[in-house]
Amino acid sequence: MLEWLSMGGNARFVWPSYAFTLLVLWLNIRWARQAARANRNEAKRRLAMQRSEP
Amino acid sequence: MAWTWFHRFGSPPHFYRIAGKLVPWCAVLAALACAGGLLGGLVLAPSDYLQGEGYRIIYVHVPAAILSMMAYALMATAAAVGLIWRMNVAYAVAASCAPVGASFTVIALVTGSLWGRPMWGTYWVWDPRLTTELLLLFLYLGYMGLRGAIEDSGRADRSSAVLAIVGVINLPIIHYSVDWWNSLHQGHTLLKFGRPSMPPSMYVPLMTMIVGFMLYFGAVLLVRARGELLRRERTARWLLDVVGEA
Repeated sequence: MLEWLSMGGNARFVWPSYAFTLLVLWLNIRWARQAARANRNEAKRRLAMQRSEP
Repeated sequence: MAWTWFHRFGSPPHFYRIAGKLVPWCAVLAALACAGGLLGGLVLAPSDYLQGEGYRIIYVHVPAAILSMMAYALMATAAAVGLIWRMNVAYAVAASCAPVGASFTVIALVTGSLWGRPMWGTYWVWDPRLTTELLLLFLYLGYMGLRGAIEDSGRADRSSAVLAIVGVINLPIIHYSVDWWNSLHQGHTLLKFGRPSMPPSMYVPLMTMIVGFMLYFGAVLLVRARGELLRRERTARWLLDVVGEA
């Protein structure tokens, strides 16, 4: 296991690559969902305003 | 008749509903493919005879690099469709491609840099492949910057679409840069005529990761495009039906 984790002495390059990739992929999901939620709430607010107008 | 699907897909409510149904499928399949690809790439694939274990960065670097170019190609295509057919959905897709494509470009550059250090002895060289990939990042940033700088959304769509289309010239330059110029970067591994220069035990996990990244891209793109459509179609009547769901 330790041998596998050491990646033949390249652990300090291999694991940060995977960690960075995971971080960016996770941030992408988070930001996409945040933007979609904000747009949905904005649309709801706008529609509610339209309905309340005489 | 053959174009019916195209026009239906151009309808914002239709696209919104179809995209909503596709997102969970893409997300689950992406997770499965990436899990399988990581198991194959990090555990089951043998060491490289030349690079040892350090080559395993390939399983995130290559999929990210491929997706950085595919996302740009899709962005430019959607922008062109938007310009030609004045399709709001196409502009929403183009706008949604940019941040995701830019993030793949950043992953490709950073992981490439981390791979370059043990193999080339340096994190960065002004190599044709690296430089053109960096240029791709600037094109994405330029596209997003231009969209954000123009207040009128119609003008922003058209101007950024032209930039996206012009920038397509960079894609074949990135791809063929390793053939056209002397490069530290290795040549084509996957898209070689004949057969790939990898054994199946390395090749299959790599292809699985590429498919996983494509599905991930599809899922994130569709979530973003749905949000973008809600923002653009702010006064449309179909919103009454969809914002009430979920």
